[in-house]
Amino acid sequence: MPFKKTLPKTPLGFIAIILLGMYQVALAQPGQKPVYGDAIITGSIGDASNLIPMLSSDATSHEIAGLIYNGLVKYDKDLNLVGDLADSWTIENDGKTITFHLKHGVKWQDGQPFTSADVLFGYKTIIDPKTPTAYAGDFLEVEKAEAPDPYTFRVTYKEPFAPALSSWGDIVVLPRHLLQGKDITKSPLSRHPVGLGPYRLKLWKTQERIELVANNDYFDGRPYLNGYIMRIIPDPATMFMELKAGGLDWMSLSPIQYQRQTDTPFFKKNFKKYKYLSFSYTYLGYNLNHPFFKDKRVRQAISYAIDKEEIIRGVLLGLGVEATGPYKPDAWFYNPNVKRYPYDPRRAKKLLADSGWRDTDGDGILDKDGIPFSFTVLTNQGNPLRDKTAQIIQYRLGQIGIKMDIRQLEWTAFINDFIDKRRFEAVILGWTLGQDPDIYDIWHSSKTGPKQLNFIGYKNPEVDRLLVLGRRTFDREKRRQIYFKIQEILAEDQPYTFLYVPMALPIIHARFHGIKPAPAGISYNFIRWWVPKNEQKYMMP
Amino acid sequence: MNMDFLIWTTKRALALIPTFIGITLISFFVMHLAPGEPMSLQADFNPKMTPEMRQRLRAQYGLDKPIYVQYAKWFKGLMQLDLGRSFSPDRRKVWDKIKERLPVTILINVLSMALIIIVSIPLGVRAAVRQNSLFDQVTTVLVFVAYAAPAFWVALLLMLYFGIELNWLPVSGLHTLMGYEQMDTWHKVLDWGRHLVLPVFVSAIGGLAGFSRYTRSSMLEVLRQDFITTARAKGLPERTVIYRHALRNALLPLITILGLSIPGLIGGSVIFESIFAIPGVGQLMWSSVMARDYPVLMGNLVIVSVLTLLGNLLADLGYAVVDPRIRTGLREEE
Repeated sequence: MPFKKTLPKTPLGFIAIILLGMYQVALAQPGQKPVYGDAIITGSIGDASNLIPMLSSDATSHEIAGLIYNGLVKYDKDLNLVGDLADSWTIENDGKTITFHLKHGVKWQDGQPFTSADVLFGYKTIIDPKTPTAYAGDFLEVEKAEAPDPYTFRVTYKEPFAPALSSWGDIVVLPRHLLQGKDITKSPLSRHPVGLGPYRLKLWKTQERIELVANNDYFDGRPYLNGYIMRIIPDPATMFMELKAGGLDWMSLSPIQYQRQTDTPFFKKNFKKYKYLSFSYTYLGYNLNHPFFKDKRVRQAISYAIDKEEIIRGVLLGLGVEATGPYKPDAWFYNPNVKRYPYDPRRAKKLLADSGWRDTDGDGILDKDGIPFSFTVLTNQGNPLRDKTAQIIQYRLGQIGIKMDIRQLEWTAFINDFIDKRRFEAVILGWTLGQDPDIYDIWHSSKTGPKQLNFIGYKNPEVDRLLVLGRRTFDREKRRQIYFKIQEILAEDQPYTFLYVPMALPIIHARFHGIKPAPAGISYNFIRWWVPKNEQKYMMP
Repeated sequence: MNMDFLIWTTKRALALIPTFIGITLISFFVMHLAPGEPMSLQADFNPKMTPEMRQRLRAQYGLDKPIYVQYAKWFKGLMQLDLGRSFSPDRRKVWDKIKERLPVTILINVLSMALIIIVSIPLGVRAAVRQNSLFDQVTTVLVFVAYAAPAFWVALLLMLYFGIELNWLPVSGLHTLMGYEQMDTWHKVLDWGRHLVLPVFVSAIGGLAGFSRYTRSSMLEVLRQDFITTARAKGLPERTVIYRHALRNALLPLITILGLSIPGLIGGSVIFESIFAIPGVGQLMWSSVMARDYPVLMGNLVIVSVLTLLGNLLADLGYAVVDPRIRTGLREEE
């Protein structure tokens, strides 16, 4: 789910996350060998909805389903695509045809063999109009899919499509023998999944907890931890108290919890904290059809007037970095050499004056043709970080003579009544990023229609051309150049003022060994985490 | 019971039917006025969502039809006691979703109601008997402080103190996570009990204040009446005067309040359920509102409105049963 709205508090995402720095490295002492046993208890603010991955779009469902299902490919710790259920693949026909060679001897958790027919079935299900899935998009580009033998799966695309390979992850592989000829929306699998992955579902008590146990026959080796238990604790304050009381082993901290509340001897002795850049960024977006924001100089002026460092210090307590474009700084396609907008109110005022904004009536607010520079920024309710960001921006813009009001709205009303109807002047929102640089849906001029994601109305023919080219190019170096260029243009145009990339801040009990932070985050090797025999806490068969 | 009373009861009961239909009608239409649609959460801001897919989803949910058709369809289902399926990705039956949450919600609410009654009636009586005494003043202040304190804040303080500082009680949840299955019944009950202490207490605080105040004022009114003076004049012991003569009469208005509390027994509170991580009805409703899950909302509404109407009816009946004046009044009305 590359561009989902960033939730106010994302539960511990299994979305791969790149590591910037870390607090302490958990290294097993030399000579110690991993052993089986123990369980980990994590917390989530929301329950899962449906454990058939293609039918749900919430983070918790995908987190659990990610441990139960597998895909043909996956991202490794350095964010390269590697085989999962596929041993290897070949790309032919100018990138239009991909042939996957599947692993032999893999079994579903009910003992049935896994074959290419399951992949084909999953593909047919996801493009079936009767399947209520939000993920059909990538698969509609497929012209032909076939399973010539049980261990070969081949897809042919209408035209070369670089993000194609990564779409063959765990969303699309389904047990054909359990679903064929049945209505997937009423399938018992949504609450009692049967997958191929390292864990099996043991119990799911709605809105209470989800328990997984190790799959002894997992094709990639049995996980060391016998159990994975997710408790549903909607209130972040309660979750933190459970952590203190020993009821949780793993949760995501807020910046204030990370900096101020976990520096006690108790936490230092019992827990380890990690931090790395999350796959998301927060921005101030302008309605480019609004007379105020049509002029590039005005947008640039606002970018100069905002002190991003100050926002990161004040809102994230330093746990984040400045965003300069639509990617995070540690991605391979991130361009560090784009135009930057350091805090410079004098320059901001000059740019505004150049575009005709002056305080002619002496009321402290800039005006042009008798209209004062006053607008409202919208943001979603229940996200204190965005609210504080808005307040800091309000203060800084006030200093250069722009009056900005802040209005918070409930999410659904915000999207339907304001974003979709273009009834906004500016917004503060965030995007969740994928591992692929493709950002066609957010910036291409064909995506400005109702319900589409280029809701600010950004239109740049050069960016359009590069976005299409980027989707057709497979060569990594060439792709990098294409997306570098896009970032340069966006930095110059400032359709958004890119604000910050926050950090993911997990805390994990110190008894867990084998956690090795990497560009993909920490959960990529979850099945290799282990606890020494004498420290094991929970008995689980 | 005489014939008049039966006829009166039947009439009252029948009058509830149009009221009930009116409630469902208005709620159904008002609900659809809220911006957004059930698939908003799944579909909004999701680049993989194509417009065709959106249309198909709307058709699957029946949202492409005019609203009166949707209502007619829903009402037809209701007549066959079918509340439909949820619009959330799990597409489960509405009744299944509500049913699995009812036991724990009812358990907590009944316990908290019992606690409220056990504590607040003696408190109210004592405060009334010794009106303006130190006891009265102190309880008044305490009760109002408890009433005014936000439940979530009290809950967090109690969790911090009993759960972490003293480590006497669990912080959240309904029972121990590990090893619960191996416990014998007695230990299971004990375990549940330990987990329920804080939630029941917190959910009772608000009601405690209200109920003890009602008792107090109702009691004060009765104590001023002539028959109490008569009872005292007869030389009855003060205990008998208070508890036999005064309290019985003072409890009359409380019946109405109790009747009105019946729907509250299944309505959970999203605040304390979220704080204590209790999988109750309140959280389900909250998330259904956020997701515009119309069938689940309507399902809950049906249950709550039926209980409210029944509660009203029971309160009226209760009056008639305990208060002869109302029964005789009926006959004069006829």
